Amino acid sequence: MNASVALATAERVLRQLRRDPRTLALVLLVPPLLLTLFRYVFDGSQLTFNRVGGPLVGIFPFTMMFVVTSIAMLRERTSGTLERLMTTPLGKLDLLLGYALAFAVVAVAQACIACGVAFSLLGLNVNGSIAVVIGLAVINAVLGMATGLFTSAFARSEFQAVQFLPAVVFPQILLCGLIAPRAHMTHVLYVASFVLPLTWAYDALAHAVAGTGDAKIVRDALILLGVIVAALSLGATTLRRRTG
Amino acid sequence: MAAIAIEELTVNRGGAPVLKGLSLSVEAGAVTGLLGPSGSGKSTLMRAIVGVQIVAGGTVTVLGVPAGAPELRKRVGYVTQAPAVYLDLTVAENLRYFARVLGAPRSSVAEALAMVDLGGFENRLAGSLSGGQLSRVSLATALLGSPELLVLDEPTVGLDPVLRRDLWAAFAALAERGVTLLVSSHVMDEADHCDRLLLLRDGELVADDTPAGLRERTGQTDLDDAFLALVEVSA
Ligand SMILES: Nc1ncnc2c1ncn2[C@@H]1O[C@H](COP(=O)(O)OP(=O)(O)O)[C@@H](O)[C@H]1O
Ligand SMILES: [Mg+2]
Repeated sequence: MNASVALATAERVLRQLRRDPRTLALVLLVPPLLLTLFRYVFDGSQLTFNRVGGPLVGIFPFTMMFVVTSIAMLRERTSGTLERLMTTPLGKLDLLLGYALAFAVVAVAQACIACGVAFSLLGLNVNGSIAVVIGLAVINAVLGMATGLFTSAFARSEFQAVQFLPAVVFPQILLCGLIAPRAHMTHVLYVASFVLPLTWAYDALAHAVAGTGDAKIVRDALILLGVIVAALSLGATTLRRRTG
Repeated sequence: MAAIAIEELTVNRGGAPVLKGLSLSVEAGAVTGLLGPSGSGKSTLMRAIVGVQIVAGGTVTVLGVPAGAPELRKRVGYVTQAPAVYLDLTVAENLRYFARVLGAPRSSVAEALAMVDLGGFENRLAGSLSGGQLSRVSLATALLGSPELLVLDEPTVGLDPVLRRDLWAAFAALAERGVTLLVSSHVMDEADHCDRLLLLRDGELVADDTPAGLRERTGQTDLDDAFLALVEVSA
């Protein structure tokens, strides 16, 4: 593990993103636009908007970072740069931390913009702390990144990688409690929701928005950090120095 | 001492044997050409030497240690057949990144670019370069940090004659300084630039000789004909 190599990698990934202003614009502007859409879909019911919109601010980064990372990593694998890097002193952890760092920076920007629009223009109301919502958004971004990194190992093409979004992320959004309270689900789904990381992400966000249960937020955040470490470790095992 | 010593190397790819008990050695401080038709196993052999190929058997010793050992990662420069370059970065950004990864000084970037004749291209986006320019950027990344051994997979393919001549001169100059070079090509007319030749056909070594020795052994003056003679004899 070499901090200078991890930093160089983070800087390189950010440079690549900057060269792609359209992707950057989409990553930064789609969440506030969707939140605006939600605001007027729930025009008659500010309470519903508060309940759904608040957690959404923290869930967008998860989804977007998942897609962006799995494509970026897939490109690294298919372009031959990964094979080349694996013959250099770069450690697998350096590469993963570099990616994590770069996307965490983007996630902070994304969450700040989404929160700024939601709280100032859309009248989103949270009882809890806005800083906690942003902090959770960053954790979720890194979670999305770590998950995307791992799943990208199972995609051979960008078409396949994109399909992992509905396959891996949509079920978690359905089961996390955002759409319907988990207690109302059939027993099997209720039990299944416990092992899905997004359930804990939503739980933390819901508490942060409602301003209740700081201890639960800390517990959820710790669970998420554990999942991040596990996903990054699994991701590291998919980076092979030797291949067939 | 040989820079590379290979014994009984066996490699299977996609379920089929590619290298079947290959043994050879590569002299230090010289330019060795790895020649053979496409599909003969040149890239596979090079991958085994830099330690990225899963091997089924045999030993590959590079600079005195097993291929792929962590300590070799700074001592061996490798250029893949397809350019390994970030297309959305400029030439200089690509090289500066690899320099930081390799722990090479920043000044080595300009030196490497000069060597592949890409001075003045620093700020060009890699994605906007021609195929030949791109493969030279890839080559430049391997020159960073002054490796002792360079493993170059078809670095001169697709380049014009003047550039090819200049690159071979640069390779000779590196060998002069003690660097070992293993350079593959499927074009026989590059063979005369090499101190030694390894001829590969269907994963088997059909010759390990100097260009002059090869001519003498086959009675051919043209290396293309010499190669054909060898391939036909062994077939
Ligand atoms: N990724 C791969 N999977 C399966 N077979 C491969 C792969 N790469 C190369 N091969 C096979 O291995 C043999 C040698 O290929 P290669 O080493 O690339 O030859 P060369 O570099 O001399 O053209 C060929 O028959 C090729 O089809
Ligand atoms: Mg090849």
